Amino acid sequence: MVTTKENKVVYQQVLDVCLTAGRLMIEGGSEMYRVEDTMKRIALNAGMTNPRVFATPTGVFMSLAGGDMMQLIQVRDRNINLELVDRVNELSREFARQEITLDQLENKINRVAIATPTFPIWLQVLGAAILSPTLMVLFTGKYDWIDFPAAAVVGAIGYLVFGSFKRWTKIRFLSELIASAVMGLVAIGLNWLFPQLTIDYILIGALMTLVPGLALTNALRDLFMGDLVSGVVRGVEAALTAVSLGAGVAIVIRFFGG
Amino acid sequence: MVLWLQVLINIIFSYLASVGFALTINVPRRALNLAGINGVIGWMIYWLTFHAGLGRAIPNTLGALAIGICSLAFSRMKKCPVTVFNIPALVPLVPGVPAYQAMRAMMGGNTNLAMEYLVKTAIITGAIGVGFLLSTMLTEFYFRIWRFYRNKKNKYNTH
Repeated sequence: MVTTKENKVVYQQVLDVCLTAGRLMIEGGSEMYRVEDTMKRIALNAGMTNPRVFATPTGVFMSLAGGDMMQLIQVRDRNINLELVDRVNELSREFARQEITLDQLENKINRVAIATPTFPIWLQVLGAAILSPTLMVLFTGKYDWIDFPAAAVVGAIGYLVFGSFKRWTKIRFLSELIASAVMGLVAIGLNWLFPQLTIDYILIGALMTLVPGLALTNALRDLFMGDLVSGVVRGVEAALTAVSLGAGVAIVIRFFGG
Repeated sequence: MVLWLQVLINIIFSYLASVGFALTINVPRRALNLAGINGVIGWMIYWLTFHAGLGRAIPNTLGALAIGICSLAFSRMKKCPVTVFNIPALVPLVPGVPAYQAMRAMMGGNTNLAMEYLVKTAIITGAIGVGFLLSTMLTEFYFRIWRFYRNKKNKYNTH
């Protein structure tokens, strides 16, 4: 099939919709085969033949009409937001069931891109405050209730620092380093106030709020599905995040003891 | 501590931990509860097999396997992507303690001990990966058999 002046507009619209959908899913932290599958499905349901897609964590390529139209989109910020993945998936399903037209799909995807529904920040901090003491108990298996509130406080403060610092800087892995350093500081401060607390237990729980669980899981899934490029890239991302978390705590403990 | 109290605490805490992590990564609201339940299933299988004396690697594999199978079932139920369920559930299995101990040992200048802990971390991560691989394989088998029988049935119905 060759593009003509008449159908070029349609091709461009399909490409725009597919590429935006792919970018949003990668930003939300989806696996690569799901991204490629969703983009292909949207294109096929829009009446295109033989769409070709290649997705990596930093950019998506797509061609229609046997390579006559070929475009790419860059993925700049990768936040973790599974709601985004779910929304785009749901819209693609609705389009496949022909409940919405291509124009409506474009509108809705653009609206999702502007205003992603997220949990309010206090609820996220509460989640961090719940998960750090419970994981501390599970991991250490010690059932020490003295460290329980301390771990909750340290985890919540660390997550809050991480969230607010992430908006300030563009440097990757810096916010993890700063947040874990703050966690170490708060834990040492609490230990200084109440000497019966154990710094190690508190930090093991609190650091789990920032642990790269998503990057690790996705790296494994990508590798098993044969997307070797994104699997390796995500594995390196997980490793570097873990290293920066460790470095932040290490620096603080080195200087202030503990 | 009494055994039943330990089991109860482990169940409640693994649920809370998974839901807490799900809140921080913004899991869709309708999937929150099932993500927590998935976390309980994975952690309890790990905990019970670990206390039955199977070491650390095999319990992690079994836990990840259970999580993989359950999250596929849940994703069919709720029509959500699989990732939504298996990421919060895997958080209790992440080798946080050996990684932290490796960092502490490295700070103390004890490089050999740090290497030992790092290898331990790598082995546990690999074990989780194997569990995931097995769960993907089993679900693939299941769907292949399911499709085979459906096709057979349709053939009989049409004739």
